[in-house]
Amino acid sequence: MAELFELTVAETAEGLTKGEFSSVEVTKSYLGRIDKLNPDLNAYLTVAHESALVAARSADERLAKGEQGALLGVPIAVKDVIMTLGIRTTAASKMLENYEPSFDATVIKKMREAGAVILGKTNLDEFAHGASTENSAFGPTKNPWDTKRVPGGSSGGSAAAVAADLCTAALGTDTGGSIRHPAAFCGVVGLKPSYGRVSRSGLLSMTSSTDVIGPITKTTVDAAAMLGLLAGEDTYDQTAAPIRIASNAFTEALKRLDLSGLTVGVPRSFIAAGLLPSIAERFDEALKSLTKLGAKIKDVELPHAKYGIAAYYVITPSEVSSNLARFDGIRYGHQNKTAKTLFEVYAKSRGEGLGPEVKRRIMLGTYALSAGYYDAYYKTAQKVRTVIARELDAALESCDILVTPTAPHIAFPIGEQSDDPLKMYLEDVFMSPASLAGLPAISVPMGFAAGEDGVEMPAGLQMIGRRFGEGTMLTGAHLFEMALGKPARRPNLG
Amino acid sequence: MALTREDIVHIAKLARLELSEQEIARYQGELSKILDYIGELQQVDTTGVEATAQVTGLTNRLAEDKIQPVDEARRQRLVDAFPLREGDYLKVKTVFE
Repeated sequence: MAELFELTVAETAEGLTKGEFSSVEVTKSYLGRIDKLNPDLNAYLTVAHESALVAARSADERLAKGEQGALLGVPIAVKDVIMTLGIRTTAASKMLENYEPSFDATVIKKMREAGAVILGKTNLDEFAHGASTENSAFGPTKNPWDTKRVPGGSSGGSAAAVAADLCTAALGTDTGGSIRHPAAFCGVVGLKPSYGRVSRSGLLSMTSSTDVIGPITKTTVDAAAMLGLLAGEDTYDQTAAPIRIASNAFTEALKRLDLSGLTVGVPRSFIAAGLLPSIAERFDEALKSLTKLGAKIKDVELPHAKYGIAAYYVITPSEVSSNLARFDGIRYGHQNKTAKTLFEVYAKSRGEGLGPEVKRRIMLGTYALSAGYYDAYYKTAQKVRTVIARELDAALESCDILVTPTAPHIAFPIGEQSDDPLKMYLEDVFMSPASLAGLPAISVPMGFAAGEDGVEMPAGLQMIGRRFGEGTMLTGAHLFEMALGKPARRPNLG
Repeated sequence: MALTREDIVHIAKLARLELSEQEIARYQGELSKILDYIGELQQVDTTGVEATAQVTGLTNRLAEDKIQPVDEARRQRLVDAFPLREGDYLKVKTVFE
């Protein structure tokens, strides 16, 4: 039998239900592996040994009473930007290094009620600002496939933890690509739900108009099961859509056997520029696979999608500058002790507690929202956002899903582009349009692609669905995953 | 869009961020470059296009105007998070000088 830490969420739940092993056993299996591998990978910022075992024992009691559940007794990891009662929540920032939340995020309440065991909190770019996890104040996470490379970001710790078998699945957050990007770089599944599908209450706000919480998993089956438990309205988040769905709604979508009758749109001219040749090859193979599954492939034009990054990097810093104003050193978090005036408390605490990229975004956003520049930057970006969203919605009228590579290239070496903020922003190029439009999108592995140096790393296929159309998107992702088959190779971590 | 040193100092003041001389120089160059890229947005014809602030389609969702008291444990956790306190009071520098 495989090691317990190699199992998927579905396999773990099945083994627990059948009594093949206990939640305490599977939790200990992960904690042991984390203790062994995390010092090098730095995927977890906090490992919750004690509370994980308490949760595992409680799950075992529920299982003993005959209760069943997709996550009952299943150990998961949580991105450290989601509030967890009893486990410090740092946002990978010096500002919140010792911050103890006063409540559980709604998604955490849901995970605990479902019986999930929280193993710990995973690394990220500070406040989720970045695409490599190098912006963490507590050091970068390493890619399990090649520890000299980045795992992508900003949910890099979550994706690396899933890829390295340090959890069965993880929660990530996606504002402009932060679930999909690291999922592609680490060869796992990353699902960004429609905006409003999942409550944001207890998620540390970054860009309130595009922030979404979603699962990072080993399989699409696990992603569908987790989304079913995470989704739903919430009195604590008025932007969560008042749509009630059954917890198995998304799992049901995986029962289709082919893609006949479905049209898959390909925005060829949008994705043509700057694509790594080996990624282009994997993408062409993916299209052939989708055709074989019965889908009709159709070229679509998205002439304004290329402005997605520019619009995103006005809207995001603007919302960031406002949302992060709460970190003022007064009520919680880092406070400078030498400040003489109130202004100095604010400026010095923020100057010391926040990292370079966070300050960069606050500065950019403050400028874009300042008197005289608001119309030229913020208002214009919001109008371009409308244009991009309408264009995607129009394409999704004639197509059921749209596909692109998740990223134009593979995971890059740590340090290679950390000094070039603009280059890092362009990492989100294929992902930001769906975020701006609030559409669901998923990254599924599409094999391995060689970089210019010949080293092969995982590549991801992005599928974008209609607003609240995660089901159809998951159908496509699942059948593609089945057709590709389980990869023969695994990260070599000893 | 070239930002001056004075621009950076002004923005930092608005943002309540104390920056070192090194940071000021760095952000002056970097933000100018990023603003040049963002300038691409001017190429898009947005005549008659409405701005999108949110994509939910939901409007005026109201919650009942009712106080929800927190329990003692949560109140204590909130107080414990204060960086500076006197008893259970949050202590701040003089607001009006």
